[in-house]
Amino acid sequence: MKKDTAVILKTEILAEGIHSMTLRTDIAETAKAGQFVSVCLNDRTRLLPRPISICSADAAEKTIRLVYRVQGSGTMQMSTWQKGDTVQLIGPLGKGFPTEEAGGKRVLLVGGGIGIPPLVFAAEQLLKEADGQKPCEIVFAAGYRSDDTYLLPEIEACARAVISTDDGSLGTAGTVLDAIRANGIDADLIFACGPKVMLRALKAYAEETGAVLYVSMEERMACGVGACLGCVTKTTATDSHSMVKNARVCTDGPVFSAEEVDLS
Amino acid sequence: MKDVDMRVSIAGVTLKNPVITASGTFGSGMEYSRFFDLKRLGGITAKGVSLVPWEGNPVPRIAEVPSGMLNAIGLQNPGVEVFLERDLPFLRNAGCAVIVNVAGHEPEEYYGVVERLNGVPGIDFLEINISCPNVKAGGITLGTDPKMIEELTRGCKARASQPVIMKLTPNVTDIRVTAKACEAGGADAISLINTLTGMKIDIERQTFALANRTGGLSGPAIRPVAVRMVYEAANAVSLPVIGMGGICTAEDAIEFMLAGATAVAVGMASFADPCAAIDVIDGIYDYCVRHGAEKAADLVGAVR
Repeated sequence: MKKDTAVILKTEILAEGIHSMTLRTDIAETAKAGQFVSVCLNDRTRLLPRPISICSADAAEKTIRLVYRVQGSGTMQMSTWQKGDTVQLIGPLGKGFPTEEAGGKRVLLVGGGIGIPPLVFAAEQLLKEADGQKPCEIVFAAGYRSDDTYLLPEIEACARAVISTDDGSLGTAGTVLDAIRANGIDADLIFACGPKVMLRALKAYAEETGAVLYVSMEERMACGVGACLGCVTKTTATDSHSMVKNARVCTDGPVFSAEEVDLS
Repeated sequence: MKDVDMRVSIAGVTLKNPVITASGTFGSGMEYSRFFDLKRLGGITAKGVSLVPWEGNPVPRIAEVPSGMLNAIGLQNPGVEVFLERDLPFLRNAGCAVIVNVAGHEPEEYYGVVERLNGVPGIDFLEINISCPNVKAGGITLGTDPKMIEELTRGCKARASQPVIMKLTPNVTDIRVTAKACEAGGADAISLINTLTGMKIDIERQTFALANRTGGLSGPAIRPVAVRMVYEAANAVSLPVIGMGGICTAEDAIEFMLAGATAVAVGMASFADPCAAIDVIDGIYDYCVRHGAEKAADLVGAVR
């Protein structure tokens, strides 16, 4: 974990409101799928760094890619940055997906909307696992609003893709779980990131099928490093930091075992 | 060129420089020790500890506002026993002054924590938080009534071997009244300001941005209020003042010192830049060199 001045190498618009930024930073050397970086805005009136999940990292090239939705004033400002600009980053932060558990298993990666990017990183990382540690199958279930998709080539490059869209313009009409069921996907291990309602449905699905599920949680953050206790999530057991049932999303997560978190 | 003496003294305890971290923004230091050597700090104020673990408020607990943030954490903490076992041994080795912030709902809870911390080695000060806006009973209610403040100060002083700092809320009509109440109760120092109560409404969802509805406003947005209150309090009592409220840079910190603060605390600035406190220390040094001040302490209250 470090604070680093990164240089923007490339910016792209992937779909309506979905932007991509590739940066050169030493953070790439230790970044793992499911981790995030805090992006500091160069605007003295917006002081809180924006937590953005890492979509991919190349340790050798020292580059990371961030794919984010322009949602508020902070991400709006990020979307104006250009190639050559420098950005203060803090990272890599948080605990990622336990890809080391995937050896020999049928792995299902589930991304809902802007939850897709960290799972693209997970898919890439799974393919880089040593021979004995590789999953026997990777299916990527991606839920989009419409056929205005993003990161689909990256997904298809490393997994069998299963798509759902809210408006039915591509793949299965409905939720990502509808697409999983429609395609008869069976999995031993599921990694997921997306809206809470999706995670809740997946938890029920995992309980029903006996699959092991890890979910990446999202919450409003301030420090991003575990100090302020702003971004907690309800847990089923006593958390190890505050001895209550509130784990820190930024540090104890963002990836949790589904059994660990109370998604109700 | 003569070196600048950065030391300041509060209630007989010497801090190596005037910069400490504000309670609740720095955990117990562990998280930030990955970014810089904590021994560079004048001191660390640990996050508020209560007698038993506190769960805090529901999420969302955080909302960004122009030049600041609202928080309604609600003092989530593991309680004083875990603090003593796990956090204090770390803080004791941090190499700077250790200030333990004490939270409670009512005087007996504060006294319980103070009694537990009394005489424990490695604690340089107790800071009594009578100003948290996010705790329903106690906290801010206790902190606005001069009679209750005086009584609580006296009660804490009677139970603590360490010097006692009373942390004041800005949510009062006249800060001089509450500052004087601390002095009358025998406080060793006062720290101010805690957050100002605020609210943000999410107009798209037509609901409160914070689950708690209201939260404490911090950051540069409150700095002019804080400077004014530090000035008023410092001129109303003869106690040392620890000034805070939106300090991000050395220039900000120097403003507080000139207004009368013996030491300053860096709060939410650490969120934007984990090394903010270090830059503040270096900047105060440079300012002293530039202004020919031999001692950082010479800045204290220089503007009257």
